[in-house]
Amino acid sequence: MERSSEIGERRAVISGVGQSQIGRRIYRHPLDLTLEASLRAIEDAGLTRADIDGLATYPGNMDVPPGFSGVGITDVHDALRLELNWFAGGLEAPGQLGSVANAIAAVATGLANHVLCFRTVWEASAQGDKGRASVTMGGGLGGGRYRATSFMQWTLPFGAPSAANWIGMMAQRHFHEFGTTREQLAQIALNGRRNAARNPNAIYRDPMTVDDYLGVRMVSTPLCLYDCDVPADGSTAVIVSRADAAPDLRRPPVRIEAIGTALRGRPSWDQFDDLTTMAVRDAAAMMWERTDLRPADVDVAELYDGFSFITLCWLEALGFCGHGEGGPFLEGGHRIAPGGDIPVNTHGGQLSAGRLHGYGFLHEACVQLWGEAGERQLAGPPEVAIAAAGGGPLAASLLLTTYR
Amino acid sequence: MTAARPFRVLPAITPENEHFWLGGAEDQLRFLRCVDCRYWVHPPQPVCPACLGRSLGAEAVSGRGTVHTFTVNWQPWYPDLDPPYVVAIVALPEQEGLRLTTNIVGCEPDDVTIGLAVHVTFEEYDDVWLPFFTPEPA
Repeated sequence: MERSSEIGERRAVISGVGQSQIGRRIYRHPLDLTLEASLRAIEDAGLTRADIDGLATYPGNMDVPPGFSGVGITDVHDALRLELNWFAGGLEAPGQLGSVANAIAAVATGLANHVLCFRTVWEASAQGDKGRASVTMGGGLGGGRYRATSFMQWTLPFGAPSAANWIGMMAQRHFHEFGTTREQLAQIALNGRRNAARNPNAIYRDPMTVDDYLGVRMVSTPLCLYDCDVPADGSTAVIVSRADAAPDLRRPPVRIEAIGTALRGRPSWDQFDDLTTMAVRDAAAMMWERTDLRPADVDVAELYDGFSFITLCWLEALGFCGHGEGGPFLEGGHRIAPGGDIPVNTHGGQLSAGRLHGYGFLHEACVQLWGEAGERQLAGPPEVAIAAAGGGPLAASLLLTTYR
Repeated sequence: MTAARPFRVLPAITPENEHFWLGGAEDQLRFLRCVDCRYWVHPPQPVCPACLGRSLGAEAVSGRGTVHTFTVNWQPWYPDLDPPYVVAIVALPEQEGLRLTTNIVGCEPDDVTIGLAVHVTFEEYDDVWLPFFTPEPA
């Protein structure tokens, strides 16, 4: 079927962003973090809470796994006594930024004027000093009585409860088909750590060397500990507003040039046709179908690194290099560093700045476009940015500009 | 005295999935297959995704396959399931794209490679037969 020629997302803009305190085991209530981020974002936009008539979040309120959410639409709605015309939260979305895509659609169709979007995690506090196993389904969670259903029944019985295992298998297949190496993949982690040194809110800021990376323990081959993001506590909020509301805003908003939310393969970690790319392939393709801009026009790319390999997938899928060429593209790390072909994860990514789960990339893209990134601000400032989040069968990307 | 078997999270057995999880009792790895167009269907669903036919029945595959990809897990996710162990996606020759997640057992983790020829071997846990795969003899 022909796609609509109308690019409705251009009726929406991003008017403000905000983040709470971010850290490890800060033991603050997730709603407290969420309200801190939300009120900062509303103020950043130049709005008041009376202007907010929409709410969107990912994944909505969930008790398990602990720390993964804990804050839903209802909590924020009631705490701020908002009067809403539209709201939606949920896990079944094209990744974390699927919730922002929902908000964009709501604004573009006139269902809401200003949508507060948020994502809150408190996984560091939830795990506390008890470690990762304490929050594993069927182990620390549920114990011996738990029986797996849905997708989990196909993977938990084989001791593979984590995306570390599933992404590890994707990476192994990529290594096999294209000759990608751990030394190449390391550049994602090293780039993040270098950039985090200039981000006062990042969790890990000490320098990391290739030898540090190659020497650390394995989690699920070929992924080592430094290929896995760091559990954090924190909340990120983003305000999606009507483009014609710009005169009411504190500063010129970030324009939404195009979004990609496609999933054209099977929605499954182990049944997807091409395990060397998965949904990022489809989301990126859809985004480029909706714009005349090309990868060479992009000044900065904030690309999900829940696992380093996913950033490699995004670099390939978005066309910064060809499919299978991610390893050589990363060689030496200079192409993705500030001043390189395409600066990536300028805040440190989730590997070093903390697992804020998708929204941190959108926050950083906006801050860079507004020229408000402080010590880590790219020269220019950049005029075109990509924020992309998700991996495996979940992915969405946004192409953002400050073009008038 | 034999060593305690490793801990396994087990699936909830339902009418929809029992052909798969109980097939090991008869040494059979079974999947749903469309009676009309002969398409193999996994995971199970009530309608054939190829022809939309509603006549699906469980049939056994050969039990042979190849390692499509794998990972050596080193993370101690469960107190009584000790790493390292190999998690793999095994591709079955009966149909392009017919595959499942499993463990490769009966060899050292270092011996597993993509493309390795393997065959199914079952282990009984309570009311469930878990299908693992082991390398074919050289």
